[in-house]
Amino acid sequence: MPGLAGRMSTTIKAKISKMLDRAEDPAETLDYGYRKQQEHLQGVKKGIADVVTAKKRIQMQSKKLEEQVVKLDTQARQAISQNREDLARMALERKTAIQAELQGLDTQVTQLEQQQEQLIENEKRLRAKIEAFRTKKEVIKAQYSAAEAQVMISEAASGVGEEMADLGLAMQRAEEKTEDMKARANAVGELEQAGVFEDITQLEGGSSDIDRELAQLSQGAQVDEELAKMKAELGSGGDAPALGEGQK
Amino acid sequence: MIVRISGEGQFRLPDNDAERLNDLDNEAVAAVEAGDEDKFHSLFAEMLSLVENDGETIDHEELVESDVILPPRDVTFDEAAGEFTGDGLIPD
Repeated sequence: MPGLAGRMSTTIKAKISKMLDRAEDPAETLDYGYRKQQEHLQGVKKGIADVVTAKKRIQMQSKKLEEQVVKLDTQARQAISQNREDLARMALERKTAIQAELQGLDTQVTQLEQQQEQLIENEKRLRAKIEAFRTKKEVIKAQYSAAEAQVMISEAASGVGEEMADLGLAMQRAEEKTEDMKARANAVGELEQAGVFEDITQLEGGSSDIDRELAQLSQGAQVDEELAKMKAELGSGGDAPALGEGQK
Repeated sequence: MIVRISGEGQFRLPDNDAERLNDLDNEAVAAVEAGDEDKFHSLFAEMLSLVENDGETIDHEELVESDVILPPRDVTFDEAAGEFTGDGLIPD
């Protein structure tokens, strides 16, 4: 059978037949299988916890970036008040670029949250199946001959094994998503760090590579529009007084 | 016929739905081969709703192996390209 189904069931069957070959006593096989299932369940719990932690970290990074957006906005206003349209433009370009990235991150966090809920459901299902296996193994040990037991063990173990493999796949997808988001958040973080100016006078030197990169990233039209709006609000620079609200 | 929707659990599907599922599966393979992403997603959505609507949820405690495993609901077209090949998920 090709595809996902094929790959999964082949792996499971190989593992189970290996387990059955090794064991001489079905009772031993069953106990061993159950122990392995429980170990696996522990790993699953840890995996889910890791996804949750990674998500929280990314949310924190997003929050910091949101603060940066506010700060850049303030700096743009300050620059206009000082008749430095060039600096205001630079700040707004950075702001736009960071905002675009933030939007992407938000969407990904939402998706990850859904995946996380599904993982928790999956784990519940696996736990129920392992519990069912435990009950079944006692019945098999008590009521069946060794030959009959082999067949039943194989069936029961396949049922649990498939659930494990499926959860493994779901976990892998969630982890890949987390990695992707981490990389994305870090990239924005670096842009933000390299580009942020604590003091407006630091900007005098002109633009670095990062600035040019950001300028390319950002949508010029949006920046122009916002710049015009800000200038109008602030009475097109001139001798406008320094900002009250939003200023450090 | 036992069908698993990856990440969501197992369903017991009436035998007369098996043929319908197989048809959709084959059409999905054709859509993937033709590079028709929209068509694939709509066929895959149809497969999922067939299983959900006609299928009966299997208890968590029941230990059965699936005959067919459908990829996760949010499968991407690229991922699907690896699954829906040849005979598809269901061998003819």
